[in-house]
Amino acid sequence: MSEPIIHVRDLVVGFGDRVVLDHVSVDVMGGEIFGFVGGSGSGKSVLLRTIIGLLAVRGGSIEVLGTRLDTASGSERRAIERRWGILFQQGALFSSLTALQNVQFPMREYLHISPRLMDEMAAAKLEMVGIRAVDHNKFPAELSGGMTKRVALARALALDPELVFLDEPTSGLDPIAAGDFDELIRTLQKTLGLTVFMITHDLDSLYTVCDRIGVLADGRVVAVGGISTILASPHPWVQAYFRGRRATIVQSRIANRTS
Amino acid sequence: MSITPSITSGGDGDTKRLMAAGSWTAANANLLEPLIDAAASKTAGEPSLLIDMAGVTQFDTYGACLLKRLQQARSARNEATGITALQGRFEELFSEVQETPPGAAAREQKAGSLRSAFEFLGRATIGFGHDLFALAEMLGLLCRSVVRVMANPRAFRLTSTTYHIDRVGWQAVPIIVLITFLIGCIIAQQGFFHFRKFGADAYVVDMVGILILREIGVLLVAIMVAGRSGSSYTAELGSMKMREEIDALRTMGLDPIDVLVLPRVLALVIALPILTFIGSMAALYGGGLVANLYGGMSPDIYIARLKEAISVTHFQVGMIKAPFMALVIGIVACAQGFQVKGSAESLGRQTTNAVVKSIFLVIVLDGLFAIFFASIDM
Repeated sequence: MSEPIIHVRDLVVGFGDRVVLDHVSVDVMGGEIFGFVGGSGSGKSVLLRTIIGLLAVRGGSIEVLGTRLDTASGSERRAIERRWGILFQQGALFSSLTALQNVQFPMREYLHISPRLMDEMAAAKLEMVGIRAVDHNKFPAELSGGMTKRVALARALALDPELVFLDEPTSGLDPIAAGDFDELIRTLQKTLGLTVFMITHDLDSLYTVCDRIGVLADGRVVAVGGISTILASPHPWVQAYFRGRRATIVQSRIANRTS
Repeated sequence: MSITPSITSGGDGDTKRLMAAGSWTAANANLLEPLIDAAASKTAGEPSLLIDMAGVTQFDTYGACLLKRLQQARSARNEATGITALQGRFEELFSEVQETPPGAAAREQKAGSLRSAFEFLGRATIGFGHDLFALAEMLGLLCRSVVRVMANPRAFRLTSTTYHIDRVGWQAVPIIVLITFLIGCIIAQQGFFHFRKFGADAYVVDMVGILILREIGVLLVAIMVAGRSGSSYTAELGSMKMREEIDALRTMGLDPIDVLVLPRVLALVIALPILTFIGSMAALYGGGLVANLYGGMSPDIYIARLKEAISVTHFQVGMIKAPFMALVIGIVACAQGFQVKGSAESLGRQTTNAVVKSIFLVIVLDGLFAIFFASIDM
């Protein structure tokens, strides 16, 4: 946890005359799980999509893994893209490829390795995220929601990235599957030494896996820090979110679990 | 930062030692793999081996998997392999990778070419049977829906039907007029060019008139509508199927045939005869234009010859066919749309199928009509 892996300064993003992100600054340190939270339409996904380069920047700077992405050349950008993995909200698996082929896709593009090693690697990755061998040759349409997310995570990890972006990893999963997925992220983060940037709505995830949390409201980052720092924030949205009825229930449950 | 991986043997004492060094990472996997395979074959016959990983500076799942491969190759020969000095986190990663079941991936075996050819033929035959069944089913459902709507006219979706007539009829007029006009020109030009040799210029008008009214007009328009509107029906219904919209309709107690299929097919049945008429007129106009400019035949003579050459029967033959062709195109397109499965690839495949099959069936139907009309002297 030394230098920041993601270093965003005064980022401004907008569509037409609407400004979605208004001078957002955020730092994500190496080896931490950073959770980003905010209401629907607050621009969380916009922030993620801007960092990974899918949306244009109006102002400010983005530095990822030591490279200024807003000014980087095509080849510099591709070098960085090879070092991160992204889990999209709906998985975004290629529907014409099997689970195994989906995981092999980035390997095929970027690494010059033998088909045998590619098979071994893809199978190992799928096993690591908890997909059993019988499901390796299934197509995305035949996979359940939780399995789709797991396969998508395996694909995001295919090239052993240093940094992983997760867009609402637990949305659409039942609480048990979501809990398992949180645990999986925790385990993989430890064994692979990942830095995780995660957008989430899930209070459980925020409490149990995130090292630090950022709160986005009104196009700005209104609070950053550990859970206790966030809870101390006076911002009305933060109060409503973390002191609401559901949050209180989650808090007491987690308190019970730890005691 | 990345150091080329290496494996060197440094033996002291009874057990053979291998010293590993460098970056055992994804980027170096192509270099590391031959090293591992070489080490596995070179150490064959050594009852025990110690791999010293102290020199390894970077280690990821690729390195771990290859290390596991070496270990497995040796244990398959009943030889022991010890691994030592894996640094901190690498140890954890390696044990995680070791837990995954060995060599899970078995590549799918490709069957022999003759066998797969037969298999393909068999599947295609069964698929053809399924398709026929699906068409018959769709026709039956449509008939049932028509009966239901006639019994209860309030259930008829007039707005939807007019919307689809606008889309498949009105908006198709410019392209239909353009294409049929050009084909009319081409037929007339070819007629004059070849008939002139026999001094049979005058009969070009007979050929143009009969050919266009009986066959070309309706066939050309049907093929264009199959490509233009049939494909869009399949794609629409297919993506609705993919996004469970059709299931949603069903759960609300609405029949997707009533709501989606009937307005679409009815719109085609209404629009195609109109388009056929417009297309035939455009083709006749094109033929007349070429007769004037290229064949040197004045418009008055062209029209007089046309009056003699064609009768209402020829016109009827063409127009009678149009609604049946529309029905075939609509049923094929909707049936294919409902067969779409979850993937984007399947949507594309069914759309292609819809166009290919409906054009094929339109031509087959045209042949059947030709036999029918010939036998009733029309």
